[in-house]
Amino acid sequence: MSNDWPLYEVFIRSRAGLEHKHVGSLHAADAAMAVEHARDVYTRRQEGVSIWVVRSSDIVASDPADADALFEPARDKVYRHPTFYSIPDEVKNL
Amino acid sequence: MSTAAGTDPGREALFRYVLRLGDTSLVLGQRLGELVGHSPALEEDLGLANLSLDLIGQARLLLSYAGEIEGQGRDEDELAFFRDAPAFLNLTLAEQPNGDFGRTIVRQFLLDAWQLEIFEGLLGSGDARLAGIAAKAIKETRYHFRFSSGWLVRLGDGTEESHRRVQDALHELWRFTTEFFAADDVDNELAAAGVAPDLSALQPRWLARVDEVLKEATLARPAPVAYQWHGKRGVHTEHLGHMLGEMQHLQRTYPGAQW
Repeated sequence: MSNDWPLYEVFIRSRAGLEHKHVGSLHAADAAMAVEHARDVYTRRQEGVSIWVVRSSDIVASDPADADALFEPARDKVYRHPTFYSIPDEVKNL
Repeated sequence: MSTAAGTDPGREALFRYVLRLGDTSLVLGQRLGELVGHSPALEEDLGLANLSLDLIGQARLLLSYAGEIEGQGRDEDELAFFRDAPAFLNLTLAEQPNGDFGRTIVRQFLLDAWQLEIFEGLLGSGDARLAGIAAKAIKETRYHFRFSSGWLVRLGDGTEESHRRVQDALHELWRFTTEFFAADDVDNELAAAGVAPDLSALQPRWLARVDEVLKEATLARPAPVAYQWHGKRGVHTEHLGHMLGEMQHLQRTYPGAQW
């Protein structure tokens, strides 16, 4: 039965103020059912306060074959990390 | 029998009333538990198991309270595992077999709608313990109703086959709903004491709630059936004994066994 149902990706917000995080996927007949399934499958142990679902087929992903072109050029540019600045003592909470 | 509002109900009546609620939750929870590993989809398997665990949690609270009211030292486990079928006071519908998924949903839907009315009514109960249990249970029940009514609409307004199956199940199970609102001495005594809601006031609300979903599900409501079952007085269909045989087997073979 679930083989006939499209796949949905599930995102859960664990606490107010935090972002939604991808937790897994499930099958459902439509988006409303996907939310209910996500509630039953992924929030049984108080994992969340909010649920997003999205059709897996609606997600546009980068191609792993493009990984070199996309991500390799950043590897030797360590100066993009803000670790070269010295933080003045007066600045708190950074 | 008490007649003035706010008088204390007899201990026996309160015991039986709380047992009825607890047994209905327990028996329905056990039935849903039978489906674990057998549902049509993994997601529904977990969904039904969640419902089952909610119901068994309600049963624990209610049966513990019943044991305290009785005052004979029986706890929730003693009441669940060491009573025979005639001592169970659940609504007859709760013990009916699961059948196909559509039948399971119809049974669930009718009882969820009933529990919604009962627990809402108990929120204002003069019995603080019952009001507290109802406050916890009503949140669970609202989700149960959402789950079962959602499925009833999908199946009723689904394919020709799914419509036929849930309509057949509705015809078969509807007769057990007469018992829901047939008040007897226990109900009347507790309603008069301000402990339990007045069943006659709940019935039209239950029917309106049910009708609304049936309409959306394109299902026809069966005609009322005069014959009444009496599960809440301990007179059961043959299904309960078989179910209890499985449910109670372990505790009866190894009394007090724990894990």
